[in-house]
Amino acid sequence: MRTVTIVGASLAGLYAARELRAQGYDGRLVVVGDEPHPPYDRPPLSKDFLTGRADEDRLALTDAEERAGLDAEWLLGVRARGLDTAARTVLLEDGRTLATDGLVIATGAKARPLPGAHTLRTLDDARALRARLTEGPQQVVVIGGGFIGAETAASCAALGHDVTVLEAAPLPLLPQLGPQMAAVCATLHRRAGVRFRTGTGVTGLRRTGPATAVDLADGHTLSADIVIAGIGAVPNTAWLAGSTLALGDGVLCDEGCVTASPQVVAVGDVARVGGVRAEHWTSATEQPRAAVTNLLAGRTLATPHPVPYFWSDQYGSRIQFAGRYRPGDTVRVTEGELLDEGPGDDGFLARYERDGTTVAVLAVDRPRPFTRARRELGRAVETATT
Amino acid sequence: MIPVCRQEDLPEGESVRVDTAPPIAVFRTDDGSLYAVDDTCTHQDASLSEGWLEGCLIECPLHAAAFDLRTGVPTCLPARHALRTHLVTVEEGVIHVHVTVREGTAA
Ligand SMILES: Cc1cc2nc3c(=O)[nH]c(=O)nc-3n(C[C@H](O)[C@H](O)[C@H](O)COP(=O)(O)OP(=O)(O)OC[C@H]3O[C@@H](n4cnc5c(N)ncnc54)[C@H](O)[C@@H]3O)c2cc1C
Ligand code: FES
Repeated sequence: MRTVTIVGASLAGLYAARELRAQGYDGRLVVVGDEPHPPYDRPPLSKDFLTGRADEDRLALTDAEERAGLDAEWLLGVRARGLDTAARTVLLEDGRTLATDGLVIATGAKARPLPGAHTLRTLDDARALRARLTEGPQQVVVIGGGFIGAETAASCAALGHDVTVLEAAPLPLLPQLGPQMAAVCATLHRRAGVRFRTGTGVTGLRRTGPATAVDLADGHTLSADIVIAGIGAVPNTAWLAGSTLALGDGVLCDEGCVTASPQVVAVGDVARVGGVRAEHWTSATEQPRAAVTNLLAGRTLATPHPVPYFWSDQYGSRIQFAGRYRPGDTVRVTEGELLDEGPGDDGFLARYERDGTTVAVLAVDRPRPFTRARRELGRAVETATT
Repeated sequence: MIPVCRQEDLPEGESVRVDTAPPIAVFRTDDGSLYAVDDTCTHQDASLSEGWLEGCLIECPLHAAAFDLRTGVPTCLPARHALRTHLVTVEEGVIHVHVTVREGTAA
């Protein structure tokens, strides 16, 4: 392989570049990214960056020295708009074409838009929102009670704003955590004095002078100075339409991140690996290792079976979850306690059990036992697959 | 020099956090050695005294960066900067850390 192109210059793309060099690839390496910024980290955007505790320099994922060492050509601020798998070329928005022998797709996902509302996916989104939030106390309506919505609401509350969170489902995070622990997370909003309304959708946003009217399906209307939508993310696959790659809620690949073309792999939020698309930081950093091994080998040699892991910081609490929840799992608090349907003062650790074995763990402010339990899950997966 | 705890109160494989500013984590490894490093991970914001200790490596409980306690140097991503290390001594059965002053700050 003489040229490898990575499309998407963020977390998964950068880790893929590092892996290529670490695994001995010494050919030409081109990284294409549509954002003008060098790779930066997204999780702090809704947390410490929004509250002003972390500045932009804390977001950088790499520095000039490392980039020089990677010896890659960085084409930033330019979007890839097409892929011709037969001719092995990537078409760029500015009309250029890149001939390439191997391709890593790392285009991630974009926030599902809601006209009239802020979204929070990119540094530019976060800059715009942070600027609005520093204008003094305001009425903020957050649409969506998932992780991003909840973190953003928590950050807004910490900044002294009056915050309402709207969630269409009866509880936030129901598919991820199940009813019992979703209720515990809902309590965090209530404790922080954030209003939390569930079970009603938004039918529209209307501009009313300087404010925005948020119309609800139940007939009520809320007035807001700032509306923020945290209603999910859509994988960035539009540029691949018309290529031979199979698409459908992500780029479809086998368990080793390899698409139907052995010289094309996909990693991170955009990749549907073995039927599952993960939108988590840790998967975006773990998948590139196997993907690059397989790309360089021309076939699937490595198929990792990582235990899904994510964390979230909300209302001063650190939530960590590993494994996979399925409806019907029994949830047991094994350390710490629940207090008034929320975490007790010292947090807690909860185990999700199926047929007598632990399949997932959730911790609030209990990092040490969580790490132990997460490792146990990892070992169990290894044993089951070897 | 700051007293931390009695020697017998820090068993092998355990750690303790000292609330200095910034906080320091003191570890006793499985072979009985004592080490002290800054408690806050250089990657983002996690307490290393809550991490996973294996040999001389401490793994961060948030994103799993590992640091060598002897040098403070990270052995894997996502951390890219070293921790400050601090000298540990035992006097009359009490563990003490000697806080290293950050370069460029007055003692
Ligand atoms: C606000 C926020 C908070 C989060 N918090 C957490 C958390 O606490 N814990 C956790 O586990 N995860 C969290 N995540 C998720 C985590 O950030 C993602 O899983 C991770 O960023 C995925 O990395 P990626 O490289 O696959 O995709 P992305 O980070 O989305 O990067 C893809 C890049 O490709 C670019 N791109 C897209 N299309 C093209 C194209 N056609 N041509 C060129 N470039 C293109 C995009 O602009 C982007 O720069 C958070 C995400 C956000 C937005
Ligand atoms: S905070 Fe320690 S690895 Fe990220």
